[in-house]
Amino acid sequence: MSNGEDLNVAGAGPAGDGLDETALTMGIDPYERNWMRLTVALLVMFFTTVAIAGFAMGIQVTGAYQEVDPRTVLDTEPWATPGLRKIGDKEYEAYVVAQTWSFNPSEIEIPVGSTVTILVTSPDLQHGFKITDTNVNTMVVPGQVSKVTYTFDTVGDFPYICHEYCGTGHATMFGVVKVVPEGTLDEVSGDTGGDTDNEANSDEDDSQ
Amino acid sequence: MTTIDEPIETPDVETTDLTIERVEKPEFDLSPQEKRFVGWHITVAITALMIGSMMGPIQSFQFSGLDLYPYLEPVIKSYYQGLTLHGVLNALVYTTFFIVGFANLTTMKGLGRSLSHPVINKVGFWTMLTGLIMTGIPILTNSATVLYTFYPPLKASWAFYLGLTLVVVGSWIEGLGFYLTLAAWRKDHRGVRSPFIALGGIINMAMWQIATLGIAVEILTMLLPWSLGLIDNTDPELARTYFWFTGHPLVYFWLLPAYVSWYGMLPKQVGGKLFSDSLARLAFWLFLIVSVPVGFHHQFTDPGVPQTWKFIHAALTYSVFFPSMITLFTVVASLEFAARRQGGKGLVGWIRTLPWGDPSVAAQLLAGILFMFGGIGGLTNASYSLNLVIHNTAWVPGHFHLTVATAATLSFMGISYWMVPYLAGKQLWSPKMALVQVWTWFVGMIIFSNAMHVLGLLGAPRRTPLGSAPYVPEEWNGHLLRVSIGGGILLISVLIYGWVMLRTALGPKVEAHLVPTVPIAESIRHPQLTPVWLDRFKPWLIAAGLLLVVAYGPQFIDQIFNMNLNAPGTDFVPWPS
Repeated sequence: MSNGEDLNVAGAGPAGDGLDETALTMGIDPYERNWMRLTVALLVMFFTTVAIAGFAMGIQVTGAYQEVDPRTVLDTEPWATPGLRKIGDKEYEAYVVAQTWSFNPSEIEIPVGSTVTILVTSPDLQHGFKITDTNVNTMVVPGQVSKVTYTFDTVGDFPYICHEYCGTGHATMFGVVKVVPEGTLDEVSGDTGGDTDNEANSDEDDSQ
Repeated sequence: MTTIDEPIETPDVETTDLTIERVEKPEFDLSPQEKRFVGWHITVAITALMIGSMMGPIQSFQFSGLDLYPYLEPVIKSYYQGLTLHGVLNALVYTTFFIVGFANLTTMKGLGRSLSHPVINKVGFWTMLTGLIMTGIPILTNSATVLYTFYPPLKASWAFYLGLTLVVVGSWIEGLGFYLTLAAWRKDHRGVRSPFIALGGIINMAMWQIATLGIAVEILTMLLPWSLGLIDNTDPELARTYFWFTGHPLVYFWLLPAYVSWYGMLPKQVGGKLFSDSLARLAFWLFLIVSVPVGFHHQFTDPGVPQTWKFIHAALTYSVFFPSMITLFTVVASLEFAARRQGGKGLVGWIRTLPWGDPSVAAQLLAGILFMFGGIGGLTNASYSLNLVIHNTAWVPGHFHLTVATAATLSFMGISYWMVPYLAGKQLWSPKMALVQVWTWFVGMIIFSNAMHVLGLLGAPRRTPLGSAPYVPEEWNGHLLRVSIGGGILLISVLIYGWVMLRTALGPKVEAHLVPTVPIAESIRHPQLTPVWLDRFKPWLIAAGLLLVVAYGPQFIDQIFNMNLNAPGTDFVPWPS
């Protein structure tokens, strides 16, 4: 629009005493009509992008997985002995307990390229679990098990940080995923890494 | 109260519908008692803002190692107690009291009549105030250091929960007073479109009443009995679902009064008119129906809620973008209309023609500018998988300091620059200082909010005293310092605000013609040309109800019927004493 006087006031036709209530239009300015069309187009585009990321590329959020009793969860397996379990070639499960005010285990060591399914629960308050520089981000809610899977393709230390307020020690509650180069993990643990001895291996790793 | 029938003013030349008479606007003004009643709301609101806003900068200073908490020890025992005070006072108390007070004003002034049952609103106000005191005591005595989300099984004193309930119930009672007043007005004005500023404020109250059912049920069926020792345990996941039923529409409850001003008052303040009456109404009705069924986008990372519902809510959250974009166009078009009328030229050059020297206008314009970035960040938050990057990081408070702490708060500050003098019968003390306040808020918030967004992307958690967190890498230090600098500028700004308000309220009474009036913008097109369905509550309330049943019903049924009250929390007080 170039100036105020040019404003198109659509729909404001002859009116007055004989005003037909049923024939009223919204009187939308043509520019604004196009703006609204553009908005819808943007929304469709955003939505498609997100749907592709979530369902075609598999970048997924936590879902409803399993319920537990927070009062007794730590007395029963697997939560009685949290830690890393090897379940296949470069495939692990990590059971992590988030509690006031630490993670158990506070260190998870895996070879680069490993896919880890992380399961987290809390026996006390709500906590958070986010691994820095990854898409792993979940709430930890008493009574629920949060389950996320991630493949670590880069060597390095990735801190996991509690991001939900849980009292006095909240700001010091963190752990580290150590992603080490291929082969180093076995040297460290002094084990040649047989497929038959997974449980023992992972327990040893946890105790480091 | 007597009203004088005055001749109806002649429509301006821009109006093409000369044959329709403008809605009768007799020179109604609030009585001194009514002004005092609104004024009490605003006084409580600004007092809460001043106390709550002292805490924020202290948090920001902690980020770069300036730890002031030892000096606050007699009252404030920890970062977290200060943060609880900051969140509850600023986001819940300040907003609610200001919004309800402002809605009293827009209802009466918009409809041109007094409240039909002023006793109802008085009862509502005193209920809110009682609730505020009940909530405030446990927070100040460190027995409710649970932050403003109060997620169980963090257990606060029962008085905290009961107090919050009374604040909400008090606002419901005041809402009832507005509905009855609108109904009384409609009885006398059959076939006439409801005046926009009154309708907008009342739609906001209706949305709020639907939305707050979530925390009402959460507190009354779970947290209050638990804190009183009647039940031993909680279901934290169900509590989260209840909370976020209220938690997201809460942000629209904060924003819509600013929208009432942007659509219905700001155009008048800049010497123009509302660009589209029908789209302004449509936007409000759309907010009524789509504000509530979107809560799971705060729970994307929750265990215990299936991905399907999260994705459905992601889509519904996107739909809120639609009325927001209508607002952007309509408000900017109204401003442009005004500027060009006064000789503004150029594609964007007309912006300079706007009355930037008026602190009330400048505040709302700057609030609108930062809100655009808030909106873009909001789209990111709503974007399902993208949320994984930012959920519960410093990004989130960075984001909502652009929305509630700027789009809403800075607009409310702008409104108060004419409203407080109007209510008190005074002149604004030092418009120049007010302008300094507005600009320092804008600059301080840009620095603070940008640094918080960046920290969030780097992985910094929210609600955390990062100045003493052991995992903070050196590369964050520059951003942490920027958080402190932004916080320092905002502290200066809010102190100026408090000073200007105080000096205005205590200033000398001035002659009536020097006291600001309530700016009410006409629309370019006569409101009688707006279709009737944009003036009816029924179809929109039915639509809101149906959408809620579809979007929330199945998951609520699932979580309530499978309720597991099994989380006791800790057997010690988990926060620092």
